Amino acid sequence: MTDHESTIDHESTTDDERDEPPMEAVRYADGSIGFPRHHRGPNGAKPVDTVDLSERTATVVTWTTSTATPPGVREPNHLAIVEFDLDLEDDDADSTVRALGQLTTGTVESGETVRPVYVPELREPGVGIKLTESQSWDGYRFEPV
Amino acid sequence: MDTDRVAIIGASMTQFGQREAWIRELLAEAALACLEDAGVEPGDLDHCYVSNMSSGEFEGQGGIMNMLAHDIGALGAYTQRVDQTSSSGGAGIYAAWQSIASGASDMTLLVGGEKMTHRTTGESTDIIASITHPEEYKHGVTLPSFAGMTARHYLERFDAPRESLAKVAVKNHRNGVDNPHAQFRTEVDLETVLESPIVADPLRLYDFCPITDGSAALLLCPESVAREHTDDYVVISGVAGATDTHVVHERPDPTVMNGVVESGQAAYEMSGYGPEDIEVAELHDMFTILEFLQMEGLSFAEQGAAWELVAAGVTDRDGDLPINTSGGLKSKGHPLGASGVAQGVEIYEQLLGSAGPRQVDADVGLCCNVGGFGNCVITTIMEVGA
Repeated sequence: MTDHESTIDHESTTDDERDEPPMEAVRYADGSIGFPRHHRGPNGAKPVDTVDLSERTATVVTWTTSTATPPGVREPNHLAIVEFDLDLEDDDADSTVRALGQLTTGTVESGETVRPVYVPELREPGVGIKLTESQSWDGYRFEPV
Repeated sequence: MDTDRVAIIGASMTQFGQREAWIRELLAEAALACLEDAGVEPGDLDHCYVSNMSSGEFEGQGGIMNMLAHDIGALGAYTQRVDQTSSSGGAGIYAAWQSIASGASDMTLLVGGEKMTHRTTGESTDIIASITHPEEYKHGVTLPSFAGMTARHYLERFDAPRESLAKVAVKNHRNGVDNPHAQFRTEVDLETVLESPIVADPLRLYDFCPITDGSAALLLCPESVAREHTDDYVVISGVAGATDTHVVHERPDPTVMNGVVESGQAAYEMSGYGPEDIEVAELHDMFTILEFLQMEGLSFAEQGAAWELVAAGVTDRDGDLPINTSGGLKSKGHPLGASGVAQGVEIYEQLLGSAGPRQVDADVGLCCNVGGFGNCVITTIMEVGA
């Protein structure tokens, strides 16, 4: 673990310490659900509702550990695509939604259960090519349950 | 009426690799070589397209299409820069084809190029990763990390051995030995690939293409005009593009690139050819796993079975379907905006019988140029002219 990764990890907070934003998936008018939000769904349907994923658990679909990371990104960078099963009662709605995010650890397996953990700064803003003001830099890592 | 088909009458590519030349010189080098190859004067050009992803970000140079037109003496020609990330070259072929097919131009020069190696690997990776969605970018996602996650899922789901990916690298490096313009002209063995440093687990260094400087060019015109210049030309039988989700994790199946599937189907339909008719193909092997996904998306193999064809030698130069006879992006190099054009150069040379020691027996060939991690794809099918 590099010094930079250590710094970012120590900035992780608990529910008691801060007002964490939701991890919002979007439900579209045709029943499809997606993360992140788009202006329209895959079939052109308008967004009609949101679903907070931050208190739910997910299953690891696949993962990697990246050892060649860009400026401002921890090295190594553990990443995963995870799938949330929303267990919705509406038969017409999608029941799963996927997200990509950093992992809190490199020891994970496909199929493992994880939960979102809020991090105020996932990579160092202003170091890479994107302007600091152009996007948010906080978000959720996934931690094995 | 066959005279309205779009022909290619000239092709060229510069040396790929680490070059001292900047984007301006790289583009001019390929452009002038292509015109000379066809025996066409710069003043004869109606349109001039430049495929390039990020000359502004890499070098701080904008307006490169106008710069090229002036530098090669093609003043008066309509110019346009074509950016479709890593598939800018393929998109340039599509734009150049449209210019001829529409009747807007009787002579169109397409030049693709990128200057990258003066940047550090981290800087280049970040410029390329800037194409990702902000929700992905803030996690430090890179294109190689997408490849790592996809490769893991493919290997686990289809019970494919790790060695099968390494065999793609071995094959393409072997082909690159015979390409005088390739960045790497040395063979690698399985052991070297499998013991190289991990970049995005389970993928290692030799599963990835290098960072490259270079340029390539094609000259297009109506078939009736082609016949005035030469007896040896290639016809674009089909060309089509398609997009997939920008956010990679929103795809229902991580092992399916829908942009490949849809652009391939459209190109097959337009050309009248099917996957069984393709005799040589250049696929976008930016990462070894992408060769599997494109083989399957283009129906050269069933889903989850491409690795078996590679293992059986079907895609070797002397196999039933030679893939990446140029060495592919893997060995030849990947100067972003040039790669799709260079794929076309290889198929052009293969179909005209001018590929030297890389030559295979083919009358119909295909190129598949992938942008982003499958965000946008161009598939082009070419055949020998009458």
